[in-house]
Amino acid sequence: MAEATAVEARAHAEHEHHGPKGILKYVWSTDHKIIGMQYMFTGMFMAVIGGFMAYVFRMQLAFPGLSVPGFGVVSPGEYNALITNHGSIMIFWVAMPVLIAAFGNFTIPLMIGADDMVFPRINRLSYQVFFLSVLVLLTSLFVKGGGFGGAWTSYPPLSANSQYNLTRVGASMWLVAVMLEFVAFLLGGINFITTLMNSRAPGMKAYDIPMTPWMIVLASIMFMLSVGPLVAGAIMLLFDQVLGTGFYDPARGGDPILWQHLFWFFGHPEVYVVLFPAMGITIDVIATFARKKLFGYKTILYTAVATSVLSFFVWAHHQFIAGIDPRMANIFTITTLLISVPIAEMIFVVIATLYGGSITLKTPMLWALAFVGEFMIGGVTGIFLGASGADIYLHDTYFVLAHFHYTFFPIAIIGTFAAFTYWFPKMFGKMLNETLGKIHFWGTVIPFNFIFIPLFILGLGGQHRRIYNFQNFPELSVPWMVHLRIIATVSLIVMLAFQLVFFVNVVWSLRKGPKAPKNPWNGNTLEWTTESPPPHGNWPADQLPVVYRGPYEYGHPDREEDYWPQNLPA
Amino acid sequence: MVDRLLQEASTFAGSIDGLILLVLILVGFWFLVAEGIFFALIWKYRAKPGRKSQYLTGKEKRIKRWITIPHGLVLVCDVVIIVAAIRVWYNVKMQLPPADYEIRVIGQQWAWIFQMPGADGKLDTPDDITTTDFLHVIRGKTYQFQLQSRDVIHSFSVPVFRLKQDAVPGRTITGWFTPTKTGTFDIQCAEICGIGHGVMEGQMIVQDSAAHAAWIAENHPPTRFAERSR
Repeated sequence: MAEATAVEARAHAEHEHHGPKGILKYVWSTDHKIIGMQYMFTGMFMAVIGGFMAYVFRMQLAFPGLSVPGFGVVSPGEYNALITNHGSIMIFWVAMPVLIAAFGNFTIPLMIGADDMVFPRINRLSYQVFFLSVLVLLTSLFVKGGGFGGAWTSYPPLSANSQYNLTRVGASMWLVAVMLEFVAFLLGGINFITTLMNSRAPGMKAYDIPMTPWMIVLASIMFMLSVGPLVAGAIMLLFDQVLGTGFYDPARGGDPILWQHLFWFFGHPEVYVVLFPAMGITIDVIATFARKKLFGYKTILYTAVATSVLSFFVWAHHQFIAGIDPRMANIFTITTLLISVPIAEMIFVVIATLYGGSITLKTPMLWALAFVGEFMIGGVTGIFLGASGADIYLHDTYFVLAHFHYTFFPIAIIGTFAAFTYWFPKMFGKMLNETLGKIHFWGTVIPFNFIFIPLFILGLGGQHRRIYNFQNFPELSVPWMVHLRIIATVSLIVMLAFQLVFFVNVVWSLRKGPKAPKNPWNGNTLEWTTESPPPHGNWPADQLPVVYRGPYEYGHPDREEDYWPQNLPA
Repeated sequence: MVDRLLQEASTFAGSIDGLILLVLILVGFWFLVAEGIFFALIWKYRAKPGRKSQYLTGKEKRIKRWITIPHGLVLVCDVVIIVAAIRVWYNVKMQLPPADYEIRVIGQQWAWIFQMPGADGKLDTPDDITTTDFLHVIRGKTYQFQLQSRDVIHSFSVPVFRLKQDAVPGRTITGWFTPTKTGTFDIQCAEICGIGHGVMEGQMIVQDSAAHAAWIAENHPPTRFAERSR
């Protein structure tokens, strides 16, 4: 006991007195809010790079051989490196750092009424390792031979042998960067889980926790349980690349399909790892702007748990035609289609929450509703691919590509903007401009559909992925296909152009925006009870909040106001 | 539906397209219902001055039905799709109909090698014809293929047949198809296999048996890579 007090006192002293000063405050900080912002700005920087890559290869696909403004002529090797790194960056260096790390770090302590994470220094280490992974990845694009071009799935023997991939250094650096990123997220995940378990405000029971922290923690648990086999697999792959071992080399008794199992055992839960935080954020935003209690708090939680468990048993649906025993496909078709039940139910509950509400379409709400509307397209198109018989044709076509962009784009882009616009006042103490926010919203969501609906049709027409020039294939050179590709590319450019509005809005609002009150949206959760932005320690040490009720008591008949903050005594 | 985008040219192409159509109808229904209700609710419950939101917990059975009944119906639709998917899958991938001819397909960076039986109709005999990138088959005959790879993973995809199978180094994977239309069709490599992935195209040339016999006669005695162009 005495020891614990001493540790606490030391930690406290570090917080109060020996914190770094000046600019270093932002580099060496252990404050969860600063670390969250470090993750967020790094993730946004990577999103700009990933978006630029998409622009370059979409230009090549729509106008083959054209010298792309800002890049030049795209060679096949460069094309492969661009698509590989676009995918890797958008998943590992944008979706995960922004949705899980940035908003997890920023919101978890604030929403559960804690002064910081349980392990602030592990938290700082997590970002530092992540930053290192960014440097390794970006460097790998410029080494001799160019960046790795074996797709983000990195199937051996192509990825294992430089004689086949022609990028000896790039391939290994890509792999090291991915592994470092996993280490960073394991460190972060430990912190999220422990913090949620141990640091909740007095009175906050399990069912009083808002959905965002719940979902981020569920995602962290899934990540921890699924990533182990892949890290082991990645080390074997690195050995194959560097030491010349033969774990995946059939000539020496290895098996290339082993990697696919290890990769997708992680890769499929990973989809839900990024989905859950976005879902949690969406649910919180919708409840706030519809002024509605959740239709079924426990239903959402239980369906999320059911989805997490099922998601560990669906991985081989990525391998139906990969040469696995065809009987195995039947089992994975069943599990894959069954996972649609909890996910559909979760969406139904979110939609039902709108019933009887009083809905205001502020920018965060628009993003949250767009998430639901667009994610449904991603969800239902997954059924086509989970049905093994249909996957024979659709596998590795643009239908797959459009399907997962209809899941990942709502998650990583729409969900992020919902969170960013919702918590911006709390993060920076300024209000964003609503008009610019709405222009940015429509300018993003409308072109998004014009990018990917054409790609669905192209996929159904038999167009395969990762081919840098379709002119070699007579069946893919027909006029309607060429036109659809151009529509998709032009829409992408329009969408990217509208992102400028977002940056203008952020910069303008930070400088000239009106000051944000404590609780601009009349929300119930604890982060709205402190200053905007919150001070170090989040609340004055003697005023940490106490919780008296659940987070979604909107429109309660006993109250005059339509909200009832969690910390108000009854 | 899919055949309007790309013709069907094998015996099982129609069943795969039929499955896609079935899924489209079932999930399309749910999608339209869900999106319809979603937008209707946003419109109906938009904020109006003086109207407070309702306090509904979703715990009453009467209200909960709105979730539990769709939940059950989604499950039923899933079972229908599972049964249909497995039937198609069984037909295309799990059973092997008796073959009229056997062929060997070998993927390598970045070409397809096809070994076809010669006039005797048997594979692995001296009169076999081996070509690069051009596969000649007879309409209406059932072919069993042995799929191999020499280096990395490739994927043998013939979109008009709705046929796709990865070629994995170290394994020989057997599959089948029966062409139903004559013509020249694309063979695509569907798995990224290095910088030449985009030029790893082949052609499936489906002919009637007379035309095919003439082609065999032209290539007798066979020489390896005899035929670079048609």
